[in-house]
Amino acid sequence: MKKEPKDNNWSPSKLNDEMNSVLSTPEASPLQMAQMSPLRRLVASFGLPRLIITAFLLLMFIAAPFTGSDFWTQVSNTINRFSWNAVLVLAMVPMIHSGCGLNFGLPLGIISGLLGATMAIEFGFTGPVSFFMAIVISTPIAIVLGMGYGWLLNKIKGGEMMIATYVGFSSVSFMCMMWLLLPYKSPTMVWGYAGKGLRTTISLEGFYDKVLANFLQINIGTLSIPTGTILFFALLAFLMWAFLHTKTGTAMTAVGSNPAFAKAAGINIDKTRMLSVVISTWLAAVGILVYQQGFGFIQLYMAPFYMALPAVSAILIGGASVNKASIANVVIGTFLFQGMVTMTPTVMNSIIQMDMSEVIRVIVSQGMILYALTRKTKGGNN
Amino acid sequence: MKKKKTLRPEGNPIVRFIRNNTVPIMFVLICAVCIPLSGFSPSYLLNEIVTRMGRNIFLILCLLIPIMAGMGLNFGMTLGAMAGEIALIFVADWQIWGIPGVILAMILSIPFSILLGLLCGKLLNMSKGREMITSYIISFFINGLYQLVVLYMMGPIIPIKHFSIKLPRGYGIRNTVSLLNMRQVLDNALSVTIAGVKIPILTFAIIAVLCLFVTWFRKTKLGQDMRAVGQNMEVARAAGINVERTRLISIVISTVIAGFGMIIYLQNMGNLSTYSSHSQIGMFCIAALLVGGASVDKANIGNVFLGVILFHTMFIVAPSAGAKITGDSMIGEYFRVFISYGVITVALVMYEAKKRRAKSLAGHKLAQDQLTEDKEAAQ
Repeated sequence: MKKEPKDNNWSPSKLNDEMNSVLSTPEASPLQMAQMSPLRRLVASFGLPRLIITAFLLLMFIAAPFTGSDFWTQVSNTINRFSWNAVLVLAMVPMIHSGCGLNFGLPLGIISGLLGATMAIEFGFTGPVSFFMAIVISTPIAIVLGMGYGWLLNKIKGGEMMIATYVGFSSVSFMCMMWLLLPYKSPTMVWGYAGKGLRTTISLEGFYDKVLANFLQINIGTLSIPTGTILFFALLAFLMWAFLHTKTGTAMTAVGSNPAFAKAAGINIDKTRMLSVVISTWLAAVGILVYQQGFGFIQLYMAPFYMALPAVSAILIGGASVNKASIANVVIGTFLFQGMVTMTPTVMNSIIQMDMSEVIRVIVSQGMILYALTRKTKGGNN
Repeated sequence: MKKKKTLRPEGNPIVRFIRNNTVPIMFVLICAVCIPLSGFSPSYLLNEIVTRMGRNIFLILCLLIPIMAGMGLNFGMTLGAMAGEIALIFVADWQIWGIPGVILAMILSIPFSILLGLLCGKLLNMSKGREMITSYIISFFINGLYQLVVLYMMGPIIPIKHFSIKLPRGYGIRNTVSLLNMRQVLDNALSVTIAGVKIPILTFAIIAVLCLFVTWFRKTKLGQDMRAVGQNMEVARAAGINVERTRLISIVISTVIAGFGMIIYLQNMGNLSTYSSHSQIGMFCIAALLVGGASVDKANIGNVFLGVILFHTMFIVAPSAGAKITGDSMIGEYFRVFISYGVITVALVMYEAKKRRAKSLAGHKLAQDQLTEDKEAAQ
């Protein structure tokens, strides 16, 4: 047997340098940037699709007052929807970092959240405590499911995204049967006449409806800001940011950008990827709970089916790619995407007298995913 | 090396047979349990299955050619289905019914299919190695464009005259377009009834022609090129094959066949759900093909036939069998949806795992060859 060639000059600082060179963005160098015209520079640094969407959204905000809709109501709606969805989008980050691609398997995490939510109500918790308990109960479920999911994704490196999609679909359709069969008893949740089987939508009134949103809520005229929800997201985002700067977090990024290098540096690739999947699944579980407290209802059965796609396109609109994502991408992307979702119906309706918002949303969000998938990516294991 | 894997085939032929045909065997078992429970009469069941064979096989056959070219399961077949639907909308607007209507719709669908196929093929060439997820997203994206065209442009921009298919507001197409006047025209022409089972001879003849075409196509120069590309893109390129063009053609052919298939499917159904007919079609076709024992990189006509029979038997009997077992008819409905997705998931996992194993095996072999070479050099 041959011995591995050993590098005697190995040192932590050298590792860091190499790591930086590996992790540096493959985009235009400063020199190239300087040679471009200002417009080209803007496009190169910001990305053309994102620029178009930003311009579109700005136009919407400018047009809103002229179409008779109240500007501040529109802004509040956008911020509100941002606060509901941001955590779900944040769930994309760890798996992108570890090179598992876009987490199309988000519904799996959502299911953990739904189980936590329904069980918290079943066990008789009410008010803000039920929200806390929902998170507590869904955590072990998310960890177990995430570990299974991560194990599977480690078996099939390179084909994660397609399989993730179908893991999500299968788990949702499996849970459709379970919602009917599991022995839930709480009269607020089961069908009234049959006495068993969960309802398709469960009202959260009296449980955790708006618990975060009402915390420190700011109301100025028609503008209202759900401070609590935004603070909660900010806390999770900060934790994620901090995690990505720890040793484990850096290792995760290394696994995603250059697996061969990560292996050489002694990082356990499978374990790191598994960790990223578990974190992502847990964040999806918490994300759906945050969504529910804003929305006011638990949606079961086929509702989680396509929930991954808006989250995926939001982070891509924010400037992430298949193997690179930051917290800023999450914030910008969610804001742009949700802004588009809230603004287009009202504004478009009054301008051209037809509701094209749904179609526009589909084209923009799917187009964005398509754009990201067809771009050449450096590194990664494809 | 601690773990040493070899390609040694398992000794017991029965074990090997079961391992290679896990999914079809599983389905035979499910059907064997569910058929008696469902309480359907054999003639009803047979009739349903024959009808569904005529309805679906043509559509499923479109998946074979991209698999041959190594592009995996073509989730973009939905594009062809949409092209077929657009053609049918026009034909319905012009009120051309019966077999001439079906033929005209088929001819009309070709340009749309080619256009969409070219777009899909181009995009898939830009995303080699993740064709399936890309084609899956393309189908969603084009669905958005389809809605834009059908819901908003048909009327003001694209002339649609007939009131029966136009929405009352003056533009856009109604949710359902009735194709009653061409309902089962292909199936009823030349049909024979044997022991209460209606056999649509003409539809089956069309399917047979397509099967012959696929078999013949495999042997042509282009077909051979596709198989070469499917096996190894780099080797094929070195051999002078234009890889991108070959892949593009395979997707275009698949899309055109899917367009025809969708028209055959809809003439059997007798009405077109403008905005939802195509949305699930890709999933069901792919699930049926996989149930027939196909994998992501290998599929033949036999898989298509076996798959349709097994998958649709399960589909027919599951709801009532589920109702008998659990007392709730919804369970069976959800069960069959779960099985469809589950089968695709399992097939994808098995394919990727196999690909990885082959890769690591090749790596081990290379390392071993290197070692022996080193030893020889040292001696």
